[in-house]
Amino acid sequence: MDHTSSLEKIIRGILIVIVLTFFLFPILWILLMSFQTNETILRIPPSVVFSPTFENYQALITGKLQTAAGNLDIAFMHNLWNSILLSTCSVALSLVLGVPAAYAFARFKFKLGEDIAFTLLSFRFAPPLLVLLPLSLYFKTLGLTNTYVGLIWVYQLICLPLILWIVRGYFEDISPDIEYAYRIAGNNWWKTFTKIAVPLAMPGIAAAGLLAFIFAWNNFVFALILASADKQPVTVGALAFVTASGIQYGQIAAAIVLSITPTLALALYAQRYLVEGLSMGAVKG
Amino acid sequence: MTQLELKSVSKSFGAYKVFEELDLQAQAGEIVVIFGGSGTGKTILLRLIAGVQEPTSGTIEIEGQDVADIAPEHRNVGMAFQNFALFPHMSALENIAAPLVAQKAGAATVRAGVDKVAKLLKIDHVLDHAPRELSNGQKQRTALARALVAEPRILLLDDPLRNVDAKLRFEMRIELPRLLRQTGATVLYVTQDYKEAMALGDRIAVLASGKFAQIATPEDIYLRPASLSVASLFGDPSINTSETTVEMTGKTISVRLGGVQVAIDSAYKSYIGRAVTFGVRPESVELAGPKSNGLAATVMAVTPLNERTALLLKSEGGWEFLASLPSSSSNIPKPGTNVKATFQSGGAHLFDKTTGERLHG
Repeated sequence: MDHTSSLEKIIRGILIVIVLTFFLFPILWILLMSFQTNETILRIPPSVVFSPTFENYQALITGKLQTAAGNLDIAFMHNLWNSILLSTCSVALSLVLGVPAAYAFARFKFKLGEDIAFTLLSFRFAPPLLVLLPLSLYFKTLGLTNTYVGLIWVYQLICLPLILWIVRGYFEDISPDIEYAYRIAGNNWWKTFTKIAVPLAMPGIAAAGLLAFIFAWNNFVFALILASADKQPVTVGALAFVTASGIQYGQIAAAIVLSITPTLALALYAQRYLVEGLSMGAVKG
Repeated sequence: MTQLELKSVSKSFGAYKVFEELDLQAQAGEIVVIFGGSGTGKTILLRLIAGVQEPTSGTIEIEGQDVADIAPEHRNVGMAFQNFALFPHMSALENIAAPLVAQKAGAATVRAGVDKVAKLLKIDHVLDHAPRELSNGQKQRTALARALVAEPRILLLDDPLRNVDAKLRFEMRIELPRLLRQTGATVLYVTQDYKEAMALGDRIAVLASGKFAQIATPEDIYLRPASLSVASLFGDPSINTSETTVEMTGKTISVRLGGVQVAIDSAYKSYIGRAVTFGVRPESVELAGPKSNGLAATVMAVTPLNERTALLLKSEGGWEFLASLPSSSSNIPKPGTNVKATFQSGGAHLFDKTTGERLHG
């Protein structure tokens, strides 16, 4: 493709713009909405010309929602904090449990190994609502209802299988000879795991961790049933914007922008680890 | 002193037996070549010795000590892998330094050790490169340097020249024996190239169908192969064979090659009547003019192969065989020429037809 004519370049440029507009327009529109009042958002015909306002963000951050029906207290920032706490802790716990487990499943043949791995995967098949009823009963008995620990535990259903199965594939792709070479060089298996296997599987671990974070972040139903207001994440907290006096589009848009930000920041940060081809050239295949 | 000893070592995966009851002793400083085709378990044997896999049965002793319970990191062996197995996220320097770092050597000691071995292997100019930036030859030498750097008692080299280009392979074949002698380590060298085996080994252990078919010096293996299979693994072009029976005509012991009686050494007298495979190496075939004595044959084709020239011949009775003459020889017959072929007594062997074992004349 070294000899691209200028016509091809132009066509390619136009196509890229069309695709980007199609996918990014909603996000752009939300970003614009977040700087507008309900009145400017709902005017007909819609226009991109408006005088920006920070009212929506101000309301979210201070927690004072002004509606036609009067002032309303919302806990958006607290919900956001809950989301960050729940997602981060769930993914961290899943990584601590899942990465060594993935390594074991990738490297060692043991009794019922495949069955255990498949059982863990099957957690992803179960419809959450089916699990929730018995789970909420158990949680009441155990005193785990409306606790961070309880939610993080349930979030393992989302994160652990994902991390386990993605990272396992990456471990399987590492030539065992590389690990053997490190052992023979005089290192024990734990050092081989931490210095060879984990760094080489890092793109996979980063990708799985990021995906698990996104899934945990976007979860709605577990937190809706198992937690009450003070432990709920943004996904559930967003319900508060549907008020008696109407739907607060501006605040919803601002809330979306704020709740996308941590995931976006994490994705940008994780990108450096998502580099493929790190293991290229180490072994002659 | 026996540095390494294998005592009836077997390895199987489920019902599949890789090899059985292997016995081998290697002396300190000796280079033993493990030679065999692909899939014979040469690499697995090295892994058993290194300790990254366990034998199904049998014992491995290093300096007289059974190493079954000693983890690979404590066996003091060095190993170079056929696929190099470099650590991709470390520079060549860090790769080579790994065994010294694992011993918790000081920074200066590590650097000095790496520099010494890197200079020896002529890779000192690429030490700060990542493995993916190295050529295959440099990768191979980096892997070799990593195996050598900690001066292990036992060095396991798994076909290290397999993946390098022909020119470098030729150079290394000359350089390696000197290099390996310098280390003083006991070397097990795996290869499937018979020339490499003959050039490098003090002794060659021929691994075929799960057994050591023969463990002997290169000279013995070539001149006195234990069996037909060993004989056919060494030599290019490989040994000529013909199934026949030992007969006695008058007072001469002979075999029938394509219907024509050919006299053989009278030492084979005791095998009269036995079904055998007659084998003669192409370079032991001598050709003379049609009026001399010998097996009448016609030259069918002539193929020059560098320093030697291979000739395909067809005998009177229709037996096709190869002869190999020095290319420098002035009287290489042209295709279509009638010649008489004789076989040097040291180069012609009889093998039992069923077991393939060489019969001693």
